[in-house]
Amino acid sequence: MAARASDEALSLTAAAAVERIAAGELSGAELFDLYRERAGNEDLGAFLWLSEAAADVPADAPLGGVPLAVKDVFCVEGVPSTAGSRILHGYRPPYTATAVERLAAAGAPMLGKTNMDEFAMGSSNENSAYGPVANPWDRERVPGGSSGGSAAAVAAGLAPWAIGTDTGGSVRQPASLCGIVGLKPTYGAVSRYGMIAFASSLDQCGPLTRDVTDAALLFRHMVGCDPCDSTSLDYPAEVPLPTAERLDGVRFGAPPELTGEGIEPGVLEVFNRVRTTIEELGGEVEDIALPHTAHGLAAYYVLAPAEASANLSRYDGVRYGMRAGDGDLLSLYEETRAEGFGDEVKRRIMLGTYALSSGYYEAYYGRAQRVRTKIAEDFRAAFERVDLVLTPTSPSVAFRLGERTSDPLSMYLSDYCAVPMSLAGIPAISIPGGLSDGLPVGIQLAGPAFSEPRILDAAHALERAVGFTGEPWRA
Amino acid sequence: MPEPVADRPYEPVIGLEIHVQLATRTKMFCGCALSFGEEPNTRTCPVCLGHPGVLPTVNAQAVHFALMIGLALGCEIAPRSLFHRKNYFYPDLPKGYQISQYDVPLARNGALGDVRIHRVHLEEDAAKLVHAGASGRIHGAAGSVVDFNRGGTPLVEIVTEPDLRSAAEASEWLRLLRATLRRMGVSDVNMEEGSLRCDANVSIRPAGEATLGTKAELKNMNSFRFLQRGIDAEIARQEQVVRGGGTVTQETLHFDPVTGDISSLRSKEEAHDYRYFPEPDLVPLAPTEAMLSRADDALPELPAARAERLERDLELAPETARLLAFRGELGDFFEAAVAAANGGGDGAVAGPRALASWVTVELVPRLGDTEPTESPVTPEALAKLAGMVSAKAVSQSAAKQVLDVMAIDGGDPEALIVERGLGMAAADELGAIVDGAIEQNAAAVEQIRSGNEKAIGAIVGAVMRETKGRADGGEVQRMIRQRLTVDG
Repeated sequence: MAARASDEALSLTAAAAVERIAAGELSGAELFDLYRERAGNEDLGAFLWLSEAAADVPADAPLGGVPLAVKDVFCVEGVPSTAGSRILHGYRPPYTATAVERLAAAGAPMLGKTNMDEFAMGSSNENSAYGPVANPWDRERVPGGSSGGSAAAVAAGLAPWAIGTDTGGSVRQPASLCGIVGLKPTYGAVSRYGMIAFASSLDQCGPLTRDVTDAALLFRHMVGCDPCDSTSLDYPAEVPLPTAERLDGVRFGAPPELTGEGIEPGVLEVFNRVRTTIEELGGEVEDIALPHTAHGLAAYYVLAPAEASANLSRYDGVRYGMRAGDGDLLSLYEETRAEGFGDEVKRRIMLGTYALSSGYYEAYYGRAQRVRTKIAEDFRAAFERVDLVLTPTSPSVAFRLGERTSDPLSMYLSDYCAVPMSLAGIPAISIPGGLSDGLPVGIQLAGPAFSEPRILDAAHALERAVGFTGEPWRA
Repeated sequence: MPEPVADRPYEPVIGLEIHVQLATRTKMFCGCALSFGEEPNTRTCPVCLGHPGVLPTVNAQAVHFALMIGLALGCEIAPRSLFHRKNYFYPDLPKGYQISQYDVPLARNGALGDVRIHRVHLEEDAAKLVHAGASGRIHGAAGSVVDFNRGGTPLVEIVTEPDLRSAAEASEWLRLLRATLRRMGVSDVNMEEGSLRCDANVSIRPAGEATLGTKAELKNMNSFRFLQRGIDAEIARQEQVVRGGGTVTQETLHFDPVTGDISSLRSKEEAHDYRYFPEPDLVPLAPTEAMLSRADDALPELPAARAERLERDLELAPETARLLAFRGELGDFFEAAVAAANGGGDGAVAGPRALASWVTVELVPRLGDTEPTESPVTPEALAKLAGMVSAKAVSQSAAKQVLDVMAIDGGDPEALIVERGLGMAAADELGAIVDGAIEQNAAAVEQIRSGNEKAIGAIVGAVMRETKGRADGGEVQRMIRQRLTVDG
């Protein structure tokens, strides 16, 4: 393929590529090879492993063979799946995650596995045992996390689209920092089977894409009840592709708790501009109180580590992955876990173990659960008055590599606006709202459970009006 | 506990915790078939090996069996019970936590016999560790290997209230529970193979006190004999401690069935903090009306009720009724024989008491380990044989000879009697034999005539020997008396 033709193919959104493939003007295999070559030469640190060749895609597959970048948290049979951790170095699962399997069956073959914060714990991708990822907008800056590799790959045109996981912002925050679209679905909409667990009651798999239509298209083929995941549910109807261009009559609520103090001025500026854009499109924006969301982060950092402390107990050196120690059982456990886990993972295991300890359970875990219930009630009350909640996705733009690594709390604050939706189990999308000092700012739209079609429609209208054209890789 | 008084009797207080492996087709949270001694690690999958990313799904058949157990034990079934994670590290626990039920179990507040049931819950079994080396335990082992075949087998844990007062009572009650579970077909309930495991919480207190003493938990006694011995040994140990002025400490104990020694596994201070919290990978277990009625419909007549019925309606002795009720297959065989006897048409039939005796006293010892239902003797054949005895067509002792043959080769009792010439001796033949015996036992005749009635036994014995048991003892006695009276 000539250079210009390949350039053109790479510039297509995934949905556009699917159309071209369906029309016989492009083949999935060609597209795969183009991306495979780009990904093979990347130097952002986005990929941890690449497929040699595209898997066979059925001719009539709805996703046409458009390749997919897969966060390394997904198990894929026979393919290294480390969740960014040294403790799973060399581990090749004997089975494939449902989400990956469904997307492959729909015609999105896996391009490769993307870098991530270890066990999805982090907001900068700096907690990966396999090195950091550079933000394609500014290589001195982080791509966000934990799905940093997936976000950077899509933003840098190394992949047409990607999947990641979001426990407390891990799809939305990197999407925001990389200037792409990231959707965290309703809890239960997408099977968690085969997703290496961080915090089971919060983890959800979601798309990271160049635009809202791609997110809808990918999401359409991810959803559905899975007999292997008891917490998964049937999606009420087929996910439609968004078409809205106006926001007439759509009511947005902007919670002062998540749109004021602690948000960078540059981020607030973009946010307020988007607010105006919404009104120009016929939508209404009003302030709406979500009083308990201010405690979201505190509750999250009890609940998620508590679940993680149990979820990560299986990494004991007995059956798979890394093994250390002198042969004595206690030394096997201690050495394997001391060498295999990074600092942040150890910190959270300690936090979670403490929070669940006898005598402390009520004060920490029990109380955090009650806060979680209150936050869910806040949202329920808000959605009686408004259709969607509007916030910045993250309080800041992409920060410098190393800037927050020695201060976990400032790192945690990066997910301040994203965590409440995770606790409530509701869907939320991040779309680019503009630039601040040349760096992307994400805007978050959240709705009630299973309102993804409504969110996607509003995001689509907003996306067109904002006209964000950030393609750092083509500059 | 009040001051010990040297001679004051102590009363043991015992509660049991029983783990029952359910006889489901597959494991508790995955699709692996249950294992029956297959090659190690051949009944495993990513889920029961605790691979990254796997999720548990609840086995519907296990829930059905657990509901049956809850109902059979007269429990309240929780409308929404929860699974929890019980966290601890051990190589036989692949996830680093066991999925179990904690503060909201599937069923609670029931009773079996006069022992109250505290709770019934569902959980998964651990894998099996094999330790190389002399001790057979993990400490000091040269190496250990894990067989994950058993890991994830569905377990029901049944916890009683501390209502038992002796080792014998505990053992007897456990037999009732085992018979009940076996009757329901929910488990193999084999203690030696570990499908039924029992721990005992033992404490003592001065007789008559209402408050409970400090308990010790005695682990994993794998037979009724060991259960009884273990509890007895622990009661004796605690009495010795208390009478010596000491206090019992709360600890977990291991009973060594070979030496009879009790050793401490861990004390309260060393007790694990299991950090229970609700299992986020599973939704609450909320049985529907349909599930409950299906479980209820699946309950057979249970041993306690059956023993009562056999005693009441068939007038069996209490011990016999219990034996037949607690060994369900034996009871089934017996009831089939009763049905065959009643449907046998004309002629004298054996009554239930006689049939029960034929089954329990005569047939069972002849079969060894074989269950009557799997033996060559059919209930119909046994009923026919017993009926012929009642009709005096065959003597009791000849009938036993026939049963010897049937227990090995089966066959029709009537044909066997004819074939082997074991029918009752005819009147003229018997008369001649009786005459002969009187002639040959002059001394006995003399004694009888001088008032020693018991001496008749020698003559009867002679007749029986001569007829090879083909005579009715009572009839022979009658004939001897008649002759001696006539002669005298």
